[in-house]
Amino acid sequence: MATRAVITLPTAIKAGQAFEVRATVAHAMETGYRSSDEGVRLPRDLVRRFECRLDGELVFAADLFAAISANPYLAFWLRADKPGELSFIWRGDNGFEHRETRPLTVA
Amino acid sequence: MRRREFVIAASAFALLPEAKASDAAMRTAIRAWAGREPEAGVLKIEIAELVENGNAVPVRVAASEPVAALALFTPLNPEPDVVQVAFGAASAKPEFSTRMRLARSQRIVAVARAADGRCWQAGVDVIVTLAACVEP
Repeated sequence: MATRAVITLPTAIKAGQAFEVRATVAHAMETGYRSSDEGVRLPRDLVRRFECRLDGELVFAADLFAAISANPYLAFWLRADKPGELSFIWRGDNGFEHRETRPLTVA
Repeated sequence: MRRREFVIAASAFALLPEAKASDAAMRTAIRAWAGREPEAGVLKIEIAELVENGNAVPVRVAASEPVAALALFTPLNPEPDVVQVAFGAASAKPEFSTRMRLARSQRIVAVARAADGRCWQAGVDVIVTLAACVEP
């Protein structure tokens, strides 16, 4: 199943001005502490790491743990002087990896 | 439930990992992340005081001065760590938002780490009426 991610950027970004980036990826974030109805423990399956890069340079990173809700959401603030490319990556248990890129247009 | 089923279920329950952290575990986790004992300081933690559903609680952590990293810890979730973020050069504000799970009412703690190694922390009390499904 293809993983879905939602990334929200402001429609107009001015050079040198702060803007908020919001990123969500579809993921159950199974904690490893829950059991199924049959009493079988559900194995841990988490997104462990999120990284956002601007033209290859790391601008925001997060290490996630079981206490982060399903479909992990992160919002943070960036500043850019020139247009570029934002790249996002989520990595997790069981080889989970999802990448997204968004063009960053700066007025 | 028959006795045999009960015994099987009970042994399965016993095999679950120790599903509760403590203040001591949280302090250990904070020290491991910060590299030292953080002093009390000012950090803005925006979270509802009264939470109905502990499965997805919006939370925002903001520092009043530039920091290299922020982290969030809980004393009474199964594990003390929640999230640890790091800011790069293009970061505009030392803050982040996310949605977290809360297993019960507790005092969550945010810790900031500045580029020069200084660390400080702040806490906020949260009351949860319906906890996150962390226990079977």
